[in-house]
Amino acid sequence: MDFDETVPLSQRSEWADVVPLTQDDGPNPVVPIAYKEEFRETMDYVRAIYFSDERSPRALRLTEETLRLNSGNYTVWHFRRLVLEALNHDLFEELEFIERIAEDNSKNYQLWHHRRWVAEKLGPDVAGRELEFTRRVLSLDAKHYHAWSHRQWTLRALGGWEDELDYCHELLEADVFNNSAWNQRYYVITRSPLLGGLEAMRESEVSYTIKAILTNPANESSWRYLKALYKDDKESWISDSSVSSVCLNVLSRTDCFHGFALSTLLDLLCDGLRPTNEHKDSVRALANEEPDTNLAILVCTILGRVDPIRANYWAWRKSKITVAAM
Amino acid sequence: GLRLDRSGLNRHGRASEERVMEELPSFTVSQREQFLVENDVFGIYNYFDASDIFTQKYMLEIQRDKQLDYLMKGLRQLGPQFSSLDANRPWLCYWILHSIALLGESVDDELENNAIDFLVRCQGSDGGYGGGPGQLPHLATTYAAVNALVTLSGHKALSSIDREKMSCFLRRMKDKSGGFRMHDMGEMDVRACYTAISIASILNILDDELTQGLGDYILSCQTYEGGIGGEPGSEAHGGYTYCGLAAMILINEVNRLNLDSLMNWAVHRQGVEMGFQGRTNKLVDGCYTFWQAAPCVLLQRLYSTNDHEVHGSSHISQGTDKDHEEHHAHDEDDLEDSDDDDSDEDNDEDSANGDGIHHTSNYINRRVQPIFDSLGLQRYVLLCSKIPDGGFRDKPRKPRDFYHTCYCLSGLSVAQHAWLKDEDTPPLTRDILGSYSNLLEPVHLLHNIVMDQYNEAIEFFFRAA
Repeated sequence: MDFDETVPLSQRSEWADVVPLTQDDGPNPVVPIAYKEEFRETMDYVRAIYFSDERSPRALRLTEETLRLNSGNYTVWHFRRLVLEALNHDLFEELEFIERIAEDNSKNYQLWHHRRWVAEKLGPDVAGRELEFTRRVLSLDAKHYHAWSHRQWTLRALGGWEDELDYCHELLEADVFNNSAWNQRYYVITRSPLLGGLEAMRESEVSYTIKAILTNPANESSWRYLKALYKDDKESWISDSSVSSVCLNVLSRTDCFHGFALSTLLDLLCDGLRPTNEHKDSVRALANEEPDTNLAILVCTILGRVDPIRANYWAWRKSKITVAAM
Repeated sequence: GLRLDRSGLNRHGRASEERVMEELPSFTVSQREQFLVENDVFGIYNYFDASDIFTQKYMLEIQRDKQLDYLMKGLRQLGPQFSSLDANRPWLCYWILHSIALLGESVDDELENNAIDFLVRCQGSDGGYGGGPGQLPHLATTYAAVNALVTLSGHKALSSIDREKMSCFLRRMKDKSGGFRMHDMGEMDVRACYTAISIASILNILDDELTQGLGDYILSCQTYEGGIGGEPGSEAHGGYTYCGLAAMILINEVNRLNLDSLMNWAVHRQGVEMGFQGRTNKLVDGCYTFWQAAPCVLLQRLYSTNDHEVHGSSHISQGTDKDHEEHHAHDEDDLEDSDDDDSDEDNDEDSANGDGIHHTSNYINRRVQPIFDSLGLQRYVLLCSKIPDGGFRDKPRKPRDFYHTCYCLSGLSVAQHAWLKDEDTPPLTRDILGSYSNLLEPVHLLHNIVMDQYNEAIEFFFRAA
């Protein structure tokens, strides 16, 4: 038997008994692809095996050849899973196979779904390995969407939460603008069985986030995360002085973007924060306009100037305040 | 955006960029990447602003002939590099046919028949469509095939869809958690949910079994940021946000979402480049023109439906029209256009007013100020995404492709029609960046199909009931 992949399938004795099945494109297909000969032939053979439902070792090898040519072929991934099950194949080897395919193209839904299927079968023992795998992918692209999904799945299905908060911190140290890392942080503090949940973590997380905000007031991720720490607890959100403090702190600075501080203050006011004189003075210092208006309205006006891309949005927000006050 | 402090930085050319990188080693990866894109984009904008009127006119022109050329060629033949999309051919059909339809064109009878015949070969014996003949049916390729056939329109195309088998297929994809899987034992995410519901809605096979628990699943995918992620816990993302929002509207459970935070998140996805990014602190990409602008328009319309009793004054007071520098008197002419078939609409507004006011109030009530910067968005698409030779791309330095062509054009259409409360009124000249000939066909926001073709399909499938 010859496994030499450079020899065309039609010339390999291993496949002599199989009649390749050509694609039923019809006489005048649209979007026809000018397949290279190797591609066309491989597809014709795997098509034959798929339709005869042959779940054999050579079928497994053929799916590998096919997926190297087009890792997006979900039908072949699906068939490969059927073959793996029929052969009771070594799934640790399969993890390695996936890693080889991922080298060429990691941005592929099918590959990640396949990985999840294998890992689920292998169970909690591979939690560490899956975290290591995703860490490698994330080291090349720290915002890789599939890698993050897989990592989250691994944690909830297989475990391994112990070092996750540290990992988030590591990524944020490297790039505080990495919104995926902030998202993961939220995932950990709300779902980790080792931590006490959002409320229990709130104080330390608020402290962490405020530090990040003060270092980079133009970082949207940190502001959104701060607000998230008070999800479903409006009372704490408007009464916790550190939140309005960070807004005032940023607003008092002349060297940075004020938009997020202002919009956070706006949200606080809309949620019932009773503005102190300090709040009012801070905002009025930025206003070119009449000081004698509802503070929330004034904030909207300033935002229209300071964040002009969203001028219409801030005007719309302002109109909602008008309506509510009436 | 990351709001980089650009003061004192020389923005011209790569060499000086490298110098800047040396001077500012403390830039994070996000900041560095953002800086490079801003350089490219502002380079284009500065060039445009410094050009004469004729060059500017040319740069803003859609170049319909070139676009159609690119699209038609793709429909007829694709090179071997497209082998990576061999399991996505219905998508190629939809991206190309929809783009052609947006340009107000259609394909000839022969090509139309070939397209229908091809898609029929992609249809599975147990319902649904695969990525090519003989491939396993998949929700995404099914969505693409259905949308492509609806775009082709006509009896042959529409009747070729086996609705009964489709129903079986959708039921098979339904998961007990309430969501949908993409294919047999496939992955489950918000995209699968949307494609299933969009298909069912158009074909008039939507029922309780399909919608059962779906709202719960999508709701669990809305993140702390306000946007929607692919799976519960995943990061808020433009594509999934569109899918989640559209699906919720289609199953009539949209008010379960936190719409305030969704809208806030969506409008913040428009950055200094004026295009949209897919996620917070990531880079602008032309395809998000559709995925993010559509939710903005949908949300704005939802809000205006929700508080319709106050709609008159509050929505107009913001109508300072800052977008439109040139405010011509020909608006009066536009009023005449819009008063024809609106007799049913806002008559309660009229009370004792005379004819002139009737026209005005109808005109005003059919328009809003988009909550995103529509002209800015159009600028990004036309100057940074559009390739003069045909096709559209993600951003400068990226190659064109049919996916980006489809979604840049779709998004451009959404942007052009963003001032309108419904599809019955045409956009004004000032709504369209560039000449009025840039105007594209309006789309149905929940399916991204050109309205005329959508209406024909609904006629067909709802009569079949």
